[in-house]
Amino acid sequence: MSAAWTIDGVREALGTKKTSARELASDFFRRIGERNQDLNAFLTLSEERAYAQADRIDALVRAGRPLPPLAGVPVAIKDVISTRGVRTTCASKILENYIPPYDATAVERLEAAGAVILGKTNCDEFAMGSSTENSAYGPVRNPESTDRVPGGSSGGSAAAVAAGLAVASLGTDTGGSIRQPGSFCGIPAMMGSYGRVSRYGLIAFASSLDRIGPFATNTRDVAAVMGVIAGRDTNDSTSTTAPVPDYRAAMEKPVKGLRIGIPKEYFGAGMDDGVRKKIEAGIEVLKKLGCELREIHMAHTDYAIATYYIIATAEASSNLARYDGVRYGLRVEGDSLLAMYRKTRGAGFGAEVKRRIVLGTYVLSAGYYDAYYLKGQKVRALIARDFRDAFGKVDVLVTPTSPVPPFLLGERTSDPLQMYLADIYTVTGSLAGVPGISVPCGKICGKLPVGLQIFGPAFGEARVLQLAHAFEQAGGASV
Amino acid sequence: MKISREDVEKVAELANLDLSEAELEMYRTQIDEILEYIGKLNELDTAGVEPMAQVLAEDQSADATLREDETVLCDVAPRILEQAPDAEAPYFRAPKVIER
Repeated sequence: MSAAWTIDGVREALGTKKTSARELASDFFRRIGERNQDLNAFLTLSEERAYAQADRIDALVRAGRPLPPLAGVPVAIKDVISTRGVRTTCASKILENYIPPYDATAVERLEAAGAVILGKTNCDEFAMGSSTENSAYGPVRNPESTDRVPGGSSGGSAAAVAAGLAVASLGTDTGGSIRQPGSFCGIPAMMGSYGRVSRYGLIAFASSLDRIGPFATNTRDVAAVMGVIAGRDTNDSTSTTAPVPDYRAAMEKPVKGLRIGIPKEYFGAGMDDGVRKKIEAGIEVLKKLGCELREIHMAHTDYAIATYYIIATAEASSNLARYDGVRYGLRVEGDSLLAMYRKTRGAGFGAEVKRRIVLGTYVLSAGYYDAYYLKGQKVRALIARDFRDAFGKVDVLVTPTSPVPPFLLGERTSDPLQMYLADIYTVTGSLAGVPGISVPCGKICGKLPVGLQIFGPAFGEARVLQLAHAFEQAGGASV
Repeated sequence: MKISREDVEKVAELANLDLSEAELEMYRTQIDEILEYIGKLNELDTAGVEPMAQVLAEDQSADATLREDETVLCDVAPRILEQAPDAEAPYFRAPKVIER
């Protein structure tokens, strides 16, 4: 019963000696062995590290010592997050054989909390994409419907949890890369506020937007992982000193009277009818819970994709300058230093990464900086202001996560702009820096998962989780 | 047309990126379409709007949270060099740059 494991379930099974952490890890590796050939969710397995950790947990159990919060919980880590001694490719050929010399803080904290790291999950190359079709190692398939994409860029982390190949996983979200695959694979998936989780060891795509966050099969497990990875880290000066509340305790509070804003602009043209019906049914569930619903306006929503693709590509072009064939990764020899750089980068990066480097370099280049980059930063301020104004009137915002259900493999690959528009409801919160979660909200024709997105004010993770949990408990997943 | 083939060539050179003929043409067309779409930002009057360079509030900015300037032992150099395509401890080796 793969879907049955939860964090509490693992803890109980270990405590009552129904299983050991080693047996559990071995069971998950067996499942991965059976399913991964079809799903392509994992790129690298870290068996040695997993069993060493499992043995440490089993020793605690034998000694009757207290177990840490994620003791023995099998987890998967997106392959843009550094793991010491375990290959980390960013799903790129340029880092095909890269072995990080240190752990990301989020990984270190998960392991310190007892989690067992099974391996590294497939994703779009350098997290650039919305379908996981931009991986240099082949696409991931959606476990709910294997001719469809799992979403992206954290498609492997979402698919692994949805298929029962991990109890929880870490993904990264720059414009929707946690929430959208969570929606497509039918599981809860959360992005905390910018600054909530340390980015140390996260291989940078767009530094003012990148965030690490969890996938799990239920919101309580999302909260548990969030509580472990959140908090100040001196290795990331943008991680904040704001205290981390007890999310699991906070999320149990009743939601009656909670003021929910429904932004009209998130229900416009281009939204699939099936998605609309499910989200409307989801909103009815929230009404029955006694929440107070208000229609609101967020005037700059329609400008978010354009703003995002200026800022994200500009930052990416700068961050990816480091792949030069000198310090790590691929090197293709050339007859001068510059020739070596150009050949290495030309051969090592895939099509979408190159497209973004070209666009990002262009919007930053002399003569275009003001028209594009500066303009983008100004509109970003307007989008952030929309959120601030909204949270002056309501406690949370509820929207669809994606305008469309999971699409077919290959359906959108030929048109980059169409692919970018898949992120239309998620990039807004990324630009504003606020927390967001996607929770399952029914399946179209019983087959294609829909996600309901909840945004909260900056550092309002507890409130976001509170509503997500209430929605889940009220049967939101089966509307 | 927002972007010419020459623009793409120039930008690829700035980014130290080798692009094939086919890639140059593909990116020109696609980026042209993306820039056309991005042009919608000009519908907005942003005079007097402060550009937003980062998200965090003043009290959480990097300047406000920097640690004391104390030496911290960091012994990862040998492991870092292990990842280099061509290293001779304690150096990374790169092709000659003097001629330029």
